[in-house]
Amino acid sequence: MTTRIDTRFAELAKQGRSAFVTFLMAGDPDPATSLEIIKALPKSGADVIEIGMPFTDPMADGPSIQAAGLRALKAGMTLKKTLELVRGFRKDDNATPIVLMGYYNPIYIYGVDKFLADAKSAGVDGLIIVDLPPEEDDELCLPAMKAGLNFIRLATPTTDDKRLPAVLANTSGFVYYVSITGITGAAAADSTAVSEAVARIKRHTKLPVCVGFGIRTPETARAIASHANGAVVGTALVDALKNSLDAEGRATAKTVNAVAELTAALAQGVKGAQQAAE
Amino acid sequence: MNIAKPNSYRSGPDERGHFGIFGGRFVAETLMPLILDLEKAYTAAKADPAFQAEMNGYLKNYVGRPSPLYFAERLTEHLGGAKIYLKREELNHTGSHKVNNVLGQIMLARRISKKRIIAETGAGQHGVATATLCARFGLECVVYMGAVDVERQQPNVIRMEMLGAKVVPVQSGTRTLKDAMNEALRDWVTNVHNTFYCIGTVAGPHPYPTLVRDFQSVIGNETRAQMQEIEGRLPDSLVACIGGGSNAMGLFHPFLDDPSVEIFGVEAAGHGLTQLHAASIAGGRPGVLHGNRTYLLMDADGQIQDAHSISAGLDYPGIGPEHSWLHEVGRVNYLSATDDEALAAFQLLSKLEGIIPALEPAHAIAKVMELAPKRPRDHLMVVNLSGRGDKDVPQVGDILRGKSK
Repeated sequence: MTTRIDTRFAELAKQGRSAFVTFLMAGDPDPATSLEIIKALPKSGADVIEIGMPFTDPMADGPSIQAAGLRALKAGMTLKKTLELVRGFRKDDNATPIVLMGYYNPIYIYGVDKFLADAKSAGVDGLIIVDLPPEEDDELCLPAMKAGLNFIRLATPTTDDKRLPAVLANTSGFVYYVSITGITGAAAADSTAVSEAVARIKRHTKLPVCVGFGIRTPETARAIASHANGAVVGTALVDALKNSLDAEGRATAKTVNAVAELTAALAQGVKGAQQAAE
Repeated sequence: MNIAKPNSYRSGPDERGHFGIFGGRFVAETLMPLILDLEKAYTAAKADPAFQAEMNGYLKNYVGRPSPLYFAERLTEHLGGAKIYLKREELNHTGSHKVNNVLGQIMLARRISKKRIIAETGAGQHGVATATLCARFGLECVVYMGAVDVERQQPNVIRMEMLGAKVVPVQSGTRTLKDAMNEALRDWVTNVHNTFYCIGTVAGPHPYPTLVRDFQSVIGNETRAQMQEIEGRLPDSLVACIGGGSNAMGLFHPFLDDPSVEIFGVEAAGHGLTQLHAASIAGGRPGVLHGNRTYLLMDADGQIQDAHSISAGLDYPGIGPEHSWLHEVGRVNYLSATDDEALAAFQLLSKLEGIIPALEPAHAIAKVMELAPKRPRDHLMVVNLSGRGDKDVPQVGDILRGKSK
């Protein structure tokens, strides 16, 4: 099985550069604007798009992404509408990989089998579910693999060499290395520590390793991307979106451009990086 | 639902932390290694007689156990049915059952050399117990408390601060217990290297529901021995209130395999089950939150709904996973009491027995008022008086004055 994720990382490897991975919340600040923003990401330089599935209780997220989820829920976003958003995006773009990221409960309530079938047909390529460690693989990871979706696992600074094989066992697409112990939007890790951690993970897997949490500027993006196969930026983009909203939290004429411009600047940072030695 | 009856109701969870389909370990990878370490440490501690001996010493001389099993003569006469006994957990040091569990967890934290303790709290009773034992053992203590609860439980906030704890008002979400738990989990994931998360109820990822239950089982074990001594037999029924369900589990667990003992858990029905409430079993369905699968209040999209209860300690949209299982297998009967019923029970117990209960166990008393009159005079009913009402005096005073105007 080759997914759009596998294809994209193979292309990038040929070009000798790292991936720029963006994260935004589905339906933030409203479903229509959210679709426009996501459509604008590939032309601004995003190589892989992560879309957050809003949840009332995002235990691993900092204040920015918590607020983004609540804006989306307030605007009427649901898991079904998140899948419609992906379907809308796929009308014009059949190459950029889409990864849904979030928490398990909305999927569990939607129904695992129905969700996997609907996600696949909408054009989703992979899933990152924060509260499903390998110990709970039976819930969604194994069914997702069967359904032809990548299940992308988070590895963290607390995932030691003894535990890494279990974390990597059913991972596909890429490995998401969380560069700090903490929540999204926290301080950045230093690139030396990240480079050592990525090297450690690569001793256990041939999969691409992307790094996220704490990357906010083109400079950090470049530094991180030079040690990894990809750099993930979420909170900084969510903040740019939020700063473009009016006092009531509604989209303005500036909203789509605000996200697109920061995406372009960050993409330049990533593209300036030398691909890490394989 | 047809679920096969197990040989024992006391053998769970399985090695992956499941009670039937409930429980589990639904946490971020960052926390997983720590949770596995905690499980190992707890297994070792359980098998270590020195750990148990040290704990028993503190339970006796610091907490003040055993707590009395008190025959509530005037309440019994008033209701005219079952003979009602109160398990006096409100007499424990810090004023509730919470200290039993906190003592156990703080001793575990010391075993694994964690010097910084975090906790979530609703009514503040778990926060106070945690702050107390951190003071006793010289540990740093940070307590997360919803901003709404900080307002309505001021006496406990002041107590925690006097004990040297830092109380962090949580402004996210609905600003109550569930958000305090989210924030505590965010702290834990950030400070995992030096921090022990002291969970206050029988919920969260495995092994928490089990270890909290085990530490609270002292309530039921004592009740068993005391009832044997007073009446020469087992009680006929047990009643306890349920938010997450730790005081209830502590009383119930030692009796689960005694088929003659009827068991009632009382959830908070708030304004009523068709309106805002906190009764996860009566009004919820199975979902995944805060590290475990259990009954939760949520909408059709799986978004967690706001709970409501007059009692901050019951104001939580979930329940411990073992309770969900005991409900599904039919061993425990889950009832609910509204805010108004709890207020009436609060006043009744104060006036009849000279005991001001916390609003949480006032929910249990409210159902005793329904259950006891329907039972014969030789029926022995034990209700867990899980906390004292000092913390609720300002709030209830305001409500009663407002009502009498």
